[in-house]
Amino acid sequence: MFGALIRIDSVTKRYPDGTVAVDRLSLEIPDRSITVLVGPSGCGKTTTLRMINRMVEPSEGTILIDGKDITQQPVNTLRRSMGYVIQNAGLFQHRTIVDNIATVPRMLGWGKEKARERARELMGRVGLDASLAKRYPYQLSGGQQQRVGVARALAADPPVLLMDEPFSAVDPIVRKGLQDELLRIQDELGKTIVFVTHDIDEAVKLGTMVAVMRTGGKLAQFAPPAELLSDPADAFVEDFLGADRGIRRLSFFPSSGLELLTSPIVAVDSTAEQIAARATEDVPYLLVTDLEGRPLGWGEPDELTAGEIAPERLLPYGRPFTAGSGTLRAALDCAVLSPTGWAVAVDGDGRATGVVSQQTIAEAIRGAHAEGRTDAKAAR
Amino acid sequence: MILNFVNAFFSDHAHWTGYDGIPTRVGEHVGYTLLALALAAAIGLPVGLLTGHYGRGGNALSLIATAGRALPTFGLLVLMTLLLGFGLVNVMIPLVVLAVPPILVTTYEAMRSVDPSPVDAARGMGMSEAGILFRVELPVALPLILSGLRSAAIQIVSTATIAAYVSLGGLGRYIVDGLYQRNYEKVIGGASCVAVLALATLALFWAVARVAVSPGVRRSA
Repeated sequence: MFGALIRIDSVTKRYPDGTVAVDRLSLEIPDRSITVLVGPSGCGKTTTLRMINRMVEPSEGTILIDGKDITQQPVNTLRRSMGYVIQNAGLFQHRTIVDNIATVPRMLGWGKEKARERARELMGRVGLDASLAKRYPYQLSGGQQQRVGVARALAADPPVLLMDEPFSAVDPIVRKGLQDELLRIQDELGKTIVFVTHDIDEAVKLGTMVAVMRTGGKLAQFAPPAELLSDPADAFVEDFLGADRGIRRLSFFPSSGLELLTSPIVAVDSTAEQIAARATEDVPYLLVTDLEGRPLGWGEPDELTAGEIAPERLLPYGRPFTAGSGTLRAALDCAVLSPTGWAVAVDGDGRATGVVSQQTIAEAIRGAHAEGRTDAKAAR
Repeated sequence: MILNFVNAFFSDHAHWTGYDGIPTRVGEHVGYTLLALALAAAIGLPVGLLTGHYGRGGNALSLIATAGRALPTFGLLVLMTLLLGFGLVNVMIPLVVLAVPPILVTTYEAMRSVDPSPVDAARGMGMSEAGILFRVELPVALPLILSGLRSAAIQIVSTATIAAYVSLGGLGRYIVDGLYQRNYEKVIGGASCVAVLALATLALFWAVARVAVSPGVRRSA
């Protein structure tokens, strides 16, 4: 089932002791996209999420899903129509992995075999090996447990997925894997995902829309991540985004517009004449590739023509970026890492397709920024 | 010397038959134990499960438990006999009073020590409160709950000997009669029967835990 639109309408949560966790919050969460609620601890982001499945009841205001007030149906019916993923996965340790995933289908009255079959199908979808089906949660790593948590939430194919800091308890490498997996699953399934995190990088990476909240449960800004990085609403948002937001914003610009030079590329078996022909005044170094076209390193034309090319004496070329799918950020990073100041672009198979200088990348960034400003104005 | 007594007691054929034979007395003893344990569990388990699930009433519980433990079992038996006369009821009351606190307190503690995140996850996915109690919390709390039942059972097994003081049967018969008749062979024989029964109770609970507790809980606990 595809996602639904969630409308949060001036919702306030006030506790009996007078604390206000969420203060007149209004948000329109678009369907079939990931909306991230981000902010420092105590900003009410988790409370907001938990009001959507009525784990917390709002003091004022209404929440509508596809135009229907969520209080209009029995609370457990509402919750069964939403996936719920929490920080430590919250798996049932006495049940096997398949039976954990089959929980909601079983509650909805599916037969045992049908529910298990569905659970196995989901294990594949979230990247879990089928051999883990009969294991117990304690036999799985933290990252695997979290995948089970996501599979369990998806089991009954709910239109809405609520995720409360699901990846904060795993190490950065596993977290990156889980984030990529979530984006891939979302591409296939098109759910409405509400995702809570305190990590702005995670918010920028995953969110189609990002709601930055501030202490006291107020909305500071609600915008797509690129706009958040280019136009923070106020000093709080700017501060929360942290340093190098300019660099991070480059992630939203494709490198496809970069003009790649192919002339400074020579194969390792090139003759001195061929090398001399490639060397020009503008390009102080030549990129040497192996016979299949994969980059080996940089060399000065004079040295390369002096005799047989020795790959071990070439300068390292840093980390290449993928032409086309790579971003300006990746291209810039590559140029900064390369000792020659030139970035190497490769195709999907790792073959060099061209090189580009820091100057060219800088021009592209200026161009992208100018364009970004016009886009942002047009959007308003 | 004790071994001699034990040997003499068990090799006497007269001790194996009739209304005062070992099988009869063991049967009576097991009967008292099961009845007292069932009554204590019928009180302690539901109260412990509910208070543990809702997380309320912990203070009241520990007060009741301390009071229960402070009551002298034998004194209570004498008091009950004075009030109610001889009979099974006035034996059951002190045994139940003895067994309720360990069941109640461990059940409550077992439920409180369940990791809150699966409970939150279960509630968030729309499981009913009864479902959460029986299908999420109880299976995880089970090893500890069983240990509470086990210590209650062992206490009942060893204390049920008092039934003999108020003219009832059970293995206490041998101890009480033996002391009266200065027949120490009988006293020690009866006491060793109680000890074996206590060990058998331990073995039984171990077997129940093997079968009833999920491997996922056993290994991670």
